[in-house]
Amino acid sequence: MASRTSIFMANGLFEQTVLPHLDAAYNLARWLAGNDHDAQDVTQEASLRAFKFFGSFRGENPRAWLLTIVRNTFYNWLKKNRPPEIAGELDDEALMVEDVSVNAEAVNLRVADASAVQRAIAELPVEFREMIVLREMEGFSYKEIADLSDVPIGTVMSRLARARKQLQKRLAGEFKPGGQK
Amino acid sequence: MNCQQARPLIDFYADGELDADGILELEKHFHDCPACALEWRNAQALKKSLKQDALYFTAPAELRRAIKTELHSQVKPRENFWNWNWLTAATTSFATVCLALVLTVTLTRPSADQRLTQEIASSHIRSLMPGHLLDVVSTDQHTVKPWFNGKVDFSPPVKDLKAQEFPLIGGRLDYIGGRSVAALVFQHRKHVINLFIWPVNGKDSKPASLTPIQGYNVIHWSEANMTFWAVSDLNEKELMEFVQDYHTTNPL
Repeated sequence: MASRTSIFMANGLFEQTVLPHLDAAYNLARWLAGNDHDAQDVTQEASLRAFKFFGSFRGENPRAWLLTIVRNTFYNWLKKNRPPEIAGELDDEALMVEDVSVNAEAVNLRVADASAVQRAIAELPVEFREMIVLREMEGFSYKEIADLSDVPIGTVMSRLARARKQLQKRLAGEFKPGGQK
Repeated sequence: MNCQQARPLIDFYADGELDADGILELEKHFHDCPACALEWRNAQALKKSLKQDALYFTAPAELRRAIKTELHSQVKPRENFWNWNWLTAATTSFATVCLALVLTVTLTRPSADQRLTQEIASSHIRSLMPGHLLDVVSTDQHTVKPWFNGKVDFSPPVKDLKAQEFPLIGGRLDYIGGRSVAALVFQHRKHVINLFIWPVNGKDSKPASLTPIQGYNVIHWSEANMTFWAVSDLNEKELMEFVQDYHTTNPL
């Protein structure tokens, strides 16, 4: 008795708690993997892992918990399926220095067209992309993102800042003429 | 505050991670510095750009279906299922159809589980009336367990979950589904959890399922020839936590 497996395994509870966040899981996987086919594979594998490890879920935030698993699944998948130079580590130290510099060009950014934004996000390094998804699309706090992606909070902040700089640069020329609200 | 100090704070402000003092100073700086004020507007525009619904990928229906199918196949691993020959399978499905027909007739009445859930909720509510909660008041599982000797014809697995913040506060004899049952009483903050336990014959353990009823949550499962019903006004997540902790903790 007293197995480590979850008593909730089979029945409704997993479906009630975790499956409502399937969209968030797929969205993260889709942004990380870059295409639907791989994203579906990653999401499916992550869901099954989540199911198996549901016993270790402490009941705080099922969405963050599921996304942690999606993220780990994705990086494992990446190691197996992509050449190492793409999966390379980022030098966060170097990023910090540039982040604090005052941006000389005074772009006047408007709400940009979705397809332009999509292209701009897709061009970001994967470590930046995940910060943008977790912060802007999922609304997690810096602390939550740090826990979720297992990096120091300072790294979260510097990656976010750097990602935004790049997005702003790319979108500066592409805002909708006339803008929106 | 100068521009050099202000710029890194703009992101924090946009993300709602700047403290009140920082916000005041930063807003004052925007007032004096059009360049930084423009940066702030750009940060907001970028935020809005990234929050467009069109950028959020929703899970395709086929993926959702595939995951559900896979989960259900994991739930009941029956190793020899595929070794059944087709005749057996056909006979079984015929029998299933007959059974289904019979059940449709009988099950228009509330199921045994539904009736029990109602009884569990009523018993929980009754236990909360003054003087009804506890027959034996003790936070010591070694006192509570022997107390049931001679009162019920089984020995309930008494566990203390003090470490998990669900301390045992005592036990009670109750009457559910036409038999005497053990009720263990736990507390979480101000919330009372009643855990009803009695033996069942089936060898199969039954995974936990949650049913909300009259504002209470009821979680039911079976394991080790005992059936368990946890009921409380706790929210479902915390009650799930309780059940999970109870399940994984060893009895004394």
